[in-house]
Amino acid sequence: MSGYFAKVFAILWKDILSELRTRETASAVLVFSILVIVIFNFAFEPDSDTIETVAPGILWVAFTFSGVLSLNRTFVLEKEKGCLEGLMLCPVSREVIYWGKMAASLAFMLIVEAIATPVFLILFDLPLFVPELVLVIVLATVGFVAVGTLLSALATNTRARDTLLPILFFPLVVPVIIAAVKASETVLSGGAWDEMSTWLQVMAAFDVVFLVVPSLVFEFVIEE
Amino acid sequence: MSIAADWMGKRAIVSDDYRGDTPYMIEAEGLVKSFGGRKVLRGIDLRVKEGECVAVIGPNGAGKTTLIKVLTTLSRPLAGNVRLVGMDIRKEAVAIRRKSGIVSHHTFLYDHLTAHENLKFYGKMYDVPDLDKRITEVIDAVGLRARLHDRVGTFSRGMQQRLSIARAILHDPPIMFLDEPETGLDQEALAMLSGLLKTLIAGKRTVLMTTHRFEWGSELADRIVILHSGKIVFDEPGRGMELSTLRESYRRLTGAGS
Amino acid sequence: MQKGSSVKNLNDRLETALVALGFALMMAALYLIFIYVPTEKEMGVIQRIFYIHVPLAWVAFLAFFIVFIGSILYLWKRDERWDILARSSAQIGVIFTTLVLVTGPIWAKPVWGTWWTWDARLTASLILWLTYIGYLLVRSYAGEESRGARMSAVLGIVGFVDVPLVYLSIKLWRTQHPRELVSTLEGSMMLTLMVSLAAFTVLYIILLRQTTAVRQLEASVRELKDSQQ
Repeated sequence: MSGYFAKVFAILWKDILSELRTRETASAVLVFSILVIVIFNFAFEPDSDTIETVAPGILWVAFTFSGVLSLNRTFVLEKEKGCLEGLMLCPVSREVIYWGKMAASLAFMLIVEAIATPVFLILFDLPLFVPELVLVIVLATVGFVAVGTLLSALATNTRARDTLLPILFFPLVVPVIIAAVKASETVLSGGAWDEMSTWLQVMAAFDVVFLVVPSLVFEFVIEE
Repeated sequence: MSIAADWMGKRAIVSDDYRGDTPYMIEAEGLVKSFGGRKVLRGIDLRVKEGECVAVIGPNGAGKTTLIKVLTTLSRPLAGNVRLVGMDIRKEAVAIRRKSGIVSHHTFLYDHLTAHENLKFYGKMYDVPDLDKRITEVIDAVGLRARLHDRVGTFSRGMQQRLSIARAILHDPPIMFLDEPETGLDQEALAMLSGLLKTLIAGKRTVLMTTHRFEWGSELADRIVILHSGKIVFDEPGRGMELSTLRESYRRLTGAGS
Repeated sequence: MQKGSSVKNLNDRLETALVALGFALMMAALYLIFIYVPTEKEMGVIQRIFYIHVPLAWVAFLAFFIVFIGSILYLWKRDERWDILARSSAQIGVIFTTLVLVTGPIWAKPVWGTWWTWDARLTASLILWLTYIGYLLVRSYAGEESRGARMSAVLGIVGFVDVPLVYLSIKLWRTQHPRELVSTLEGSMMLTLMVSLAAFTVLYIILLRQTTAVRQLEASVRELKDSQQ
């Protein structure tokens, strides 16, 4: 068992190392999410009545759109020099590759979100200390990274890689987006726990389903 | 540039999960594979004994790369049986991958990582024991010790292919697959590759390579196989065959110039 | 693929029987919808579209369920026939869902004054529509038949597994703004709905059989051509 986990970690570490060297994806994704937040600010009148209703939506639009950007990259790296084949030739079952790439994208998105969220809260003059929001963000991000990693591998093997990923991604993650927005809304307006817990349960259910199913079907996506 | 032959000259240890009832390291029976509704491999029967070196030649589109893809578990066969080291490819793919090394025209190397980091990564994925020592061995074998901590993106194509060879032999596999490894190489790297082939053969490794270099076929290989339109049309002993004879047979069987 | 002529006859007879049944059911449904069932009190004549809208949605769901089963079986058995089934069902499902998305607004506009009501069923159908358009798109962009089949099979599985979550989340979301396209059903309405459902289900089966039959033939022709080489 430790061998299995060690290999997932090896892939995770390799991706982290690569990203540390180039920093190309990190800066693009972070800047993009902040840009989206700022631009939506201009799209809506930021007076305090509407803010609480509109703000969570803006946050999650920013995260899902920049998430797609980062997910797009994750298998593009492997396509160069045939590295995906290189991974497939290793004596590991295929889902190890899925877990490794998923963990890397997750770590990556969480770091971006950790930076972008305070910026968001400041720009919209919302309470800064909201630990429940962290829970919402983590649950939602796990969900869409779990789906997105599978779809990224799928889209990379097609001709229209960049356009196909968003088309496939957004309909599938609708449940997470709805739940994340509603839960964030409840948190930021100081709402009741039970209201929020329904949405947390939806996200948790989504996460479980979309961690299990993609890991099972991943091999069919990357097989030649 | 020569390859340190001592560790590679040792006879390959196949033992532990070697299903001893077959003398063949690679076996394909009636192998069929199609892509896009078109049959690329139409019933391949091929048996390679331990220590044999087989060169597979054929025109582009004959199915050489597809054959390697199936044998290295990248692709699933449509029909037919494939066994490596006695293990069925449909059932024990993971164990089979441990026994194979691949050198291809792809390098499988990560540009932004150093040579050391690349080897360390693959070493972990292949459960290579004594990894650091082993990395030193292989990097010396391909003569890249000086560049061990440089990023692979800064290497020339020849150096990248050499590092790719180091990667392939890292886990000391008994079977080596080479898929047109000569692609894009300069003279120095080509010479190195020839040296590698000779050492592998001397070390009784089982080698199956696809290539366009007829010279390797006639000088180095125990057997030459010509693949045409997904079928094996020629399977003769290689070493000692006149290059011109080979070219003639090739032209005759495939209707292509060499 | 030589079939005994008696079996072939049986197949043809079944086909004819099915089409006849479908025709009869559809005629009955049309009669029930437009003549038999009384006009609904609140919504007026336009409410009759409910008897088309709802069965279409249910049959579309059935179609996507078949895509799900076909996808699993294809990935498991690698038999092209399952892929043909899944693909044909997906196409029909998308067409039926498009009709759901068209009949919904036609109903909504006279009743609520807006084309789109974000009603749970309608919204979920929109998401489903987008998901299965993705299924069909992947096939065109995959660049190669068997890869396209495999990838869309994966989507067929993942997409369907998502369906309950989509419905659930949209329903929860909409509890705050109920504007549901529902009707309370009494006797004659229930009968009309059921007959209409049966009619559309048989229509789906007929379309599915026709489409898969054509694709099977195409596949056989390809096989034959290939083995000639």
